[in-house]
Amino acid sequence: MTNLIILPILIPFFTAVILLFIRKSVTVERIISIIAGIAVVIVSGLLAYDVLQNGVYSYNLGGWVPPFGIALVADSLSALLVLFTSIVVLVCLLFSIRGIDEIRTKFYFYPLVYFLMTGVIGAFLTGDIFNMFVFFEVLLMSSYGLITLGGSKAQLRESIKYVLINVISSAFFVMAIALLYSVTGTLNIADLSSRVAEVGQPGILTVIAFLFLIVFGMKAAIFPLFFWLPGSYAAPPPVITALFAGLLTKVGIYAIFRIFTIVFYHEPQITHLTLEVLAVLTMIVGVIGAVAYTDLQKVLVYNVVAGVGFIIFGISSFNEAGIFGATFYLLHDMLIKAALFLLVGAMIIITKTSSMHKASGLIKKHPLVGWSFLVACLSLAGVPPFSGFFGKLFLIQGGFEAGQYFSVIILILASLLILYSVMRIFFNVILGEENYETMNEKVSIKGLLYPSMILLFLTFIMGMGAEAIVPYISDATETLLNPELYIEAVLKE
Amino acid sequence: MEIIISILSGILFTIGTYLILSKNMTKIIIGTAVLSHGVHMLLLTMGGLKLGAAPLLGYEEAAYTDPLPQALILTAIVISFGVTSFLLVLAYRTYKVHGTDDMEKLRGMIDDD
Repeated sequence: MTNLIILPILIPFFTAVILLFIRKSVTVERIISIIAGIAVVIVSGLLAYDVLQNGVYSYNLGGWVPPFGIALVADSLSALLVLFTSIVVLVCLLFSIRGIDEIRTKFYFYPLVYFLMTGVIGAFLTGDIFNMFVFFEVLLMSSYGLITLGGSKAQLRESIKYVLINVISSAFFVMAIALLYSVTGTLNIADLSSRVAEVGQPGILTVIAFLFLIVFGMKAAIFPLFFWLPGSYAAPPPVITALFAGLLTKVGIYAIFRIFTIVFYHEPQITHLTLEVLAVLTMIVGVIGAVAYTDLQKVLVYNVVAGVGFIIFGISSFNEAGIFGATFYLLHDMLIKAALFLLVGAMIIITKTSSMHKASGLIKKHPLVGWSFLVACLSLAGVPPFSGFFGKLFLIQGGFEAGQYFSVIILILASLLILYSVMRIFFNVILGEENYETMNEKVSIKGLLYPSMILLFLTFIMGMGAEAIVPYISDATETLLNPELYIEAVLKE
Repeated sequence: MEIIISILSGILFTIGTYLILSKNMTKIIIGTAVLSHGVHMLLLTMGGLKLGAAPLLGYEEAAYTDPLPQALILTAIVISFGVTSFLLVLAYRTYKVHGTDDMEKLRGMIDDD
């Protein structure tokens, strides 16, 4: 049981290594990857349960006590994120059986997905800031591979920008770590937190906090640093975009959670006010983009940006309701964004166009696609029986408690426009006269639909059975608001 | 000594930024390489440039230099080496497919082609 925390990192890693050797036998590759995916879901479920029972869990790699060695730390937030990551990856793997072409599969699609998963889960579980940088590079390097895989004209053009922006942000990450090391002399997050608390966060540490905000904001696509996302997320095939939208920006958000609740929480009137302003601007930009475009993938990509704004707003409230709402919304957002991209991927495969005006009347032949898309839209906008509602409810409550009335109004208006942007897809493409001349009658979408049905079922459960998931999220909130719980678990003396 | 190296890495940052803002793809890649040199030098400087023996226990000196930043730099160097080689191949392939290395001509939205 003591080594349980390392399994969600090791299983994907060794699976990826094994898959590298058998790239030509596609069926074997699929079987192995799905079995490993199920194994990771089970293991991370056990980890989440263990953390809820016994509190924050820390494991010292190689037996070196922190702050000298690298520690892996699982609190409720990271355990839940690991569980949801493994679910999203498993669902995308199920979709990829039909949803990705043979050539891409043969050229290391599955190993790249598993290396991506290793990086994401590692970044969630690490308790060391430089180790987090290394896991970021693992996930970025595999995302470079996935975004260029296939090598179409648009993919090459957009991925060169994606790679470039991430090279620059990685350079900034190393720079921020260097400056932080020169001030505090440590790299362990718990040790950093106690040392920052000792000196009471003077000006230089606030500057470093902003440098970290720039770095993680570039990964998470918050307002002035989101410009790379729309182009590069719309270029690769839908299943890869679903993986990216479900996981990559969320790693940046998680890092902002960690840094601004555990290490740099002493000057909230500067850092958290900035977070609030940036969150509101991110929402505004996201909904403007979502309403402006008529391309299906573009609309969803801008919805990713708006979702990031909602979550960051919850962190900026910095009270129990706000953090609770942000955590709930983060988990809901991972599921629903992946589900939406997979559904739109299925729709594009049926209609052979991603434009909103070239096809309509999908519901006559494919009613299940239509109704699942409606459910996904309502859940995204936050209509009560679904999971999006509780997250937003607590975000709004947190905002009112923190006195951020103007920002809350923007949040509600943004939700309205998000509902408009996705319902426009529903009315134009799904309802209406039957008109899609390019449609291939022989296309069977059975295999493409049930993965997103799994995700929709989970969001439904998360909304209806919110009682069951609330203890986990309250536990995560408690650890985030009381850094001493985290510090005591890591530095046991 | 820290002042001089800090200024030097500041100069490298300036050059890197200037090159990244240019149109030519090769110049941009050279810019990222210069930028990562600046970052690695900053990492070394921030660990402190106190005089001491190389961190090898066989020297049996009274004082050693800080070994941690050196390990961090070694990690960062291999990572940026891997990324740079990927970026070079990606730029070559983009040049082959699009027939240009001018970033201005690589504009455009997805549904243009």
